[in-house]
Amino acid sequence: MQTIALVHPALALVLSPLLLGVINRTKAIFAGRVGQPLAQPYRDLWKLLRKGAVYSRTTTWVFRAAPVVGLAAILLATTLLPLAALPALLAFPGDFILLAYLLGLVRFFAVIGALDTGSSFEGMGASREVQFSALAEPALLLGLAAVAYHTHSLSLSEMISGLSSTHWSQAGAMQALLAASLFMVLLTENARIPVDDPNTHLELTMIHEVMVLDFGGPDFAFILYGASLKLWVFCALLTGLALPVRTGNLWIEVAVAVIAIFGIAVLVGVVESCMARLRLIRIPQLLVGAGLLSVLALVLSLR
Amino acid sequence: MTLLLIGVGIMLLGGVSALLASGSPRLPVALGIGGVAGGAILGLIPTLRVLLGGQTDSLQHAWSVPYGAFSVELDPLSAFFLLPILTVSLLAAIYGGEYLGGLRGARCLGAHHFFFNLLVASMVMVVLARNGVLFLVCWELMSLASFFLVTFEDENESARAAGWTYLVATHIGTAFLLALFVLLGHGGAGALDFAEMAARGQAGLVDGAGLLFALAVVGFGTKAGFMPLHIWLPEAHPAAPSHVSAVMSGVMIKTGIYGLLRVLTFLGAPAPWWGWLLLAIGASSGILGVLFALAQHDLKRLLAYHSVENIGIIALGLGVGLIGMSYGSLPLLVLGFGGGLLHVLNHALFKGLLFLGAGAVLHSTGTREIDHLGGLLKRMPWTGVAFLIGAVAISGLPPLNGFISELLIYLGAYRGATEPRSLAGLAVLAVIPALALIGGHATACFTKAFGIVFLGEPRGSAAARAHETGLAMRVPLVVLATGCVAVGFCAPWTIGVLGGVVAAVSGRPAGELAAELAFASEALSTVVVVSVGFAALVALLAVGRSRLLAGRQVSESVTWDCGYASPSARMQYTASSFAQPLTLLFDKVLRTRRHFAPPRGLFPLSRSTFHTATPDVFQEHVYAPGFAAIDRTLGRLRWLQHGRVQLYVLYIAVTILVLLVWKLG
Repeated sequence: MQTIALVHPALALVLSPLLLGVINRTKAIFAGRVGQPLAQPYRDLWKLLRKGAVYSRTTTWVFRAAPVVGLAAILLATTLLPLAALPALLAFPGDFILLAYLLGLVRFFAVIGALDTGSSFEGMGASREVQFSALAEPALLLGLAAVAYHTHSLSLSEMISGLSSTHWSQAGAMQALLAASLFMVLLTENARIPVDDPNTHLELTMIHEVMVLDFGGPDFAFILYGASLKLWVFCALLTGLALPVRTGNLWIEVAVAVIAIFGIAVLVGVVESCMARLRLIRIPQLLVGAGLLSVLALVLSLR
Repeated sequence: MTLLLIGVGIMLLGGVSALLASGSPRLPVALGIGGVAGGAILGLIPTLRVLLGGQTDSLQHAWSVPYGAFSVELDPLSAFFLLPILTVSLLAAIYGGEYLGGLRGARCLGAHHFFFNLLVASMVMVVLARNGVLFLVCWELMSLASFFLVTFEDENESARAAGWTYLVATHIGTAFLLALFVLLGHGGAGALDFAEMAARGQAGLVDGAGLLFALAVVGFGTKAGFMPLHIWLPEAHPAAPSHVSAVMSGVMIKTGIYGLLRVLTFLGAPAPWWGWLLLAIGASSGILGVLFALAQHDLKRLLAYHSVENIGIIALGLGVGLIGMSYGSLPLLVLGFGGGLLHVLNHALFKGLLFLGAGAVLHSTGTREIDHLGGLLKRMPWTGVAFLIGAVAISGLPPLNGFISELLIYLGAYRGATEPRSLAGLAVLAVIPALALIGGHATACFTKAFGIVFLGEPRGSAAARAHETGLAMRVPLVVLATGCVAVGFCAPWTIGVLGGVVAAVSGRPAGELAAELAFASEALSTVVVVSVGFAALVALLAVGRSRLLAGRQVSESVTWDCGYASPSARMQYTASSFAQPLTLLFDKVLRTRRHFAPPRGLFPLSRSTFHTATPDVFQEHVYAPGFAAIDRTLGRLRWLQHGRVQLYVLYIAVTILVLLVWKLG
């Protein structure tokens, strides 16, 4: 294990809430508002960590365990992910499968945490969450299969370092399809428009926000922090696979990758400003579409 | 070996004496459970010795049956299947004592214990038998014993119907096996000995191996529950008492997988299409199984469909292994067979656990209807935690055992994609979307099963009155849950055991497989590092959270309900509403029937009702019309069956005479 591999988890821990700030600022600029300070997510977390908590009498230990298990799993996910030339802390053949399934564990506990309240609203959100993520998972794993096939490697670190900077000119079509598919998965898994609207005020139309209605205090801080880390994980994955920048200098590459991650956050903000949330029955079509893009990327990588 | 046979003897003895002691209320229970317990513990000693040591142990005895021989052997493959058979049966027997305790005196439990012990003993003998006749006899005993266990509640029309479906299905399967062994064994005396068949297979002397493989897939697949041969599972598992469901679903259906693997060793080098066929069967069983499970709201029926799903995952693993075998690719062979076999063990652990958990719920509330339950975690804390562990494990999530076997199969599939650039690699790529779809939907289904049954508020008075079960029903749950955690955290060590089994299946020396086994165990050791890190992080965060909350105001209130004034437990999301988006999406396949009488008028007077049911598509559209047609055709011969015994004897006499004339003339 190299000490340098700790850099990426550290960056993720420190910078991930800033991604939400960047998205919010992008949306504010589009709407002609000044917007909240970039550091507002940090202030929210700090405020929540200092508060007490109110629990529903219906809930059990599952409700209290869900944020803890979710945050633990997502923290581990950051140790499996390389950033540009920085290798992952833990790399082994098949680590990306573990990554995908750790995210599944986060979801499992988020869903049963929501069901523990006995609220219909939270049941509704949980039901939508499992539906959309069940359809997003094949898109993610097939997309990664395309890269695995292309680079002859089975660990994320090797897959990402196996892509060269001329990759876009060699296999541009595959790369574009893959990036599009992963971006759709990113939007779905992180509850962004067009799948879910984090700013909506009507519980009936929410997915992720409604699942966490009853959480408060440190528990809610864990959930928000976990959500920002999850966004970081997907952005870092997309950056690594879609933007292979090879300069030879480690720190320049890391800096480019971090800028790219924030670039993706800006892109998410632009998408949120430019389009409305899709109707819920349209979302499966979007996800099946993402899965088909991954299949096409895989077919192209077989050449 | 002798120990194992003594164990089988003790089981049978316990069963027979339970039957003889039927008059007494308590004696049959003690004798039956004692028989299984003694036999299983004795049997585990040689099983573990063979699994860990790797040597085989055999015994031959003459038998006067034509072509038959009492030939038994314990090799790594048999021992690997014997391990779950013995442990799950032992735990289920202990559990069953309390589960049926309420019926003591009211019903004849002697017969139940007799058939239970017979089922366990015959399963043990099925995996030990090394002669075609002996194998088929034990196979048939196993089917009949389980039929009588399924129809335990024979006063229920539905239990009788389920038993009938099972009996017909299993005998159709056996018919194919009969044909299989007749074709395998046409070669004079001793030809039905497995050793002889294996030697012929190794020498490449088997003709029509493809046909034999197809027969084995249908025959054994009916027992294992390959889609579309699965229709007896969703009928028989809910009808049987829960500890019987645990044994049947956890281990008995795996004898089908065992049979398929054993026959593979007789057939020589496999053709590529065998692997493709298993992949197709695995993908369809897995995906359709989980979709049908999602649409169910009977807890045990849901679990039965998940057995179909998991058999599909096992078939995917075996398919990858077979493709590796036919193309000579060691990574595919080792990871595919290894993953599939490990999933056999894992499924026995978590499915046994889940069925016993469902049984505890049924025992305590009197209903299997998920939509009438709720809030059981507070009332049944032990059962709830055990069920949760089973639910996470069956969803294939880390750090538990289900993830380990699925990871091996995934790795096999991805290795197929990256190592040799061949057609084989492309075929196994189909495994990836199949496993991903199965995994996502299994999570949906088990968050539903656990969330609606154990969380929230009780949806009915039965659930509100629920209570925790006694020690005899709790201990087996805890043991199986511990097993799920242990296999997850000890994953690299299971590879050593799997090596010998994969070598036995593929007929390759273990030394040749060593490099690939090392690859798998290296990957799994990193997974274990992550799992340990996960456990540590959870502990750390939990401590941190309670430190933060210490000394602050922590209060209790009602669930946020958007200001609604008088919420009731019936307003909660139900299993049907939770699964509705997905079942609607796949409605073309599932064909869920909705019965809806909406409220009418401004002040509705009549009750409005809503009810959904998702019957099996194959049962409805293939088997029911098919069997009806057969019934109509054969009905014309009904005049032969008039019930006069003298004439039946005449039929027999005439038949023998004709055969005699034919043989002599």
